[in-house]
Amino acid sequence: MESTGLMHTLAFFLLSGITLAAAAGVVFKRNLVHSAFLLSVTFLGVAGLYMTLEAEFLAAVQALVYSGAVAVLVVIGVMLTHREDMSCSNPPNKMIVAGGLAALAIVGVLVWAVLGTAWNTGKGGIVDAGDIGRRFLTDFAPPFEAVALLLLAALIGAVVLFKGGKEQS
Amino acid sequence: MIGLSHYLLVGAALFALGLFGLLTKRNLIAVLMSIELMLNSVNINLVAFSRYTASDPVAGQVFSLFIIAVAAAEVAVGLALAYAIYRGRDTVSVDEMDWLKW
Repeated sequence: MESTGLMHTLAFFLLSGITLAAAAGVVFKRNLVHSAFLLSVTFLGVAGLYMTLEAEFLAAVQALVYSGAVAVLVVIGVMLTHREDMSCSNPPNKMIVAGGLAALAIVGVLVWAVLGTAWNTGKGGIVDAGDIGRRFLTDFAPPFEAVALLLLAALIGAVVLFKGGKEQS
Repeated sequence: MIGLSHYLLVGAALFALGLFGLLTKRNLIAVLMSIELMLNSVNINLVAFSRYTASDPVAGQVFSLFIIAVAAAEVAVGLALAYAIYRGRDTVSVDEMDWLKW
């Protein structure tokens, strides 16, 4: 894309560096609270990456839903389920070698596929919120309603699970 | 010049970090966080494709919005499940959730 310049390059490397460093912190930190806050930083970094892709509406949704709601939910989840020492609340299990190998294998295959493909760039384009809204109310209306139902079901399900019931014995 | 493959590589790295966390974490909430990382990496890929190669760029962003909605529903139900298990069994360790194993 010709419209991008030095600022775009700088912003991309800065934001992807923040995102990946924070994501590594989420995975490798031993304190679950630190992981939860770094998760919020990761989400904000991804929102910044959306800005560099000129997807402003999606960046706003990302900041609101992920960095706002999901991160707060996760922090509340951490708060409700811990009473012992927080400093070693996020330990790795015995699968660390196998998990590392699996992650390296995945990243190897993905990098090979990304670099080995001749991407047909040049189409695509910038989308504004009005386009998204119009499509939601025309040809994407049925999945939009389905997602609304899903959110309602998830809300009711979460309330029922949190409230709890008597276990049948 | 930053292009499509740069974003795809960032997405790949984020996905691998999430997968590593998913496989190696012992705490159920940390596993949920890793799943969120993986969903985010997929979203980066979708938006990058929509920006650089899609013949219908709106569709890619609509897909991402649906993924964000499903991920929000997933984390709400997942945390409610984690709390329900914690209340009943007093643990959030995935290693101890082996009641179906025999």
